[in-house]
Amino acid sequence: MAEAKTTRLKDRPLSPHLQIYKPMLTMMMSIVHRITGAALFFGMLLLVWWLIAAAAGPNAYASVQWFMETLLGRLILFGYTWALIHHMLGGIRHLVWDLGYGFGPAEREWLTVATLVGSVAITVLLWFVGYLVMGGIR
Amino acid sequence: MTDRVHSSIRTPLGRVRYLGSAKHGTGHFWRQRLTSAANVPLTIAFILIVMSLLGRNHAAVVQILGSSFVSITMLLFIISSVYHMWLGMQVIIEDYVHDENWKIVSLMANTFFSFAVGLAAAFAILKLSFGF
Repeated sequence: MAEAKTTRLKDRPLSPHLQIYKPMLTMMMSIVHRITGAALFFGMLLLVWWLIAAAAGPNAYASVQWFMETLLGRLILFGYTWALIHHMLGGIRHLVWDLGYGFGPAEREWLTVATLVGSVAITVLLWFVGYLVMGGIR
Repeated sequence: MTDRVHSSIRTPLGRVRYLGSAKHGTGHFWRQRLTSAANVPLTIAFILIVMSLLGRNHAAVVQILGSSFVSITMLLFIISSVYHMWLGMQVIIEDYVHDENWKIVSLMANTFFSFAVGLAAAFAILKLSFGF
């Protein structure tokens, strides 16, 4: 809070920002990691709604189930699933980087591609299992 | 001028204005990594729990969610995730909200939202578990 109010910045030339650089995969995935994180922040409301409905009783739970069955509900759930998986895999990648591994030119690209492919594959697999093996969302 | 002043690289003016290190250092960074590491197994457990509830009626869902092991796992998932998202959203706000007043309001809203959501989820799980 205690900022030096006396020094107001003038318009000075800025260092190169996002639009200067050619988009790279690691850079795009870094942005997506933040976007999925923000989405999951609000997606927590979905989880809370579901849990409170389950605690409230059969009628409240039935209304949640009804919404999740709609096309919009399924799209939101599918997006939530992918965001959760992608953010988790991205987080694991960041933990690997935090430990000092995987910074080589080939390694970091491989890790990033694995995050993207892995998140899509696991999401589709989970929904496949959800629909076919467990009877789907009813 | 005493030796204590000379041992610091902070100027006397900076000291008066409380500029410089707040002595919190890497605390925020560390807690974000700590919760992220915890979230990996907890998220996998959460997904498995949700998958096991698909297609089941309300009574079965209440029974499964209310069992001790599932309840404790869900509570750990909620606490770790909400703490993690609280820290994460704080970083996003600090990056993009430059106006001082809006930044303070946003950071407060972030804290209020995180606590409300976390408490609501924890309450629901405990209610399912204790069955009142």
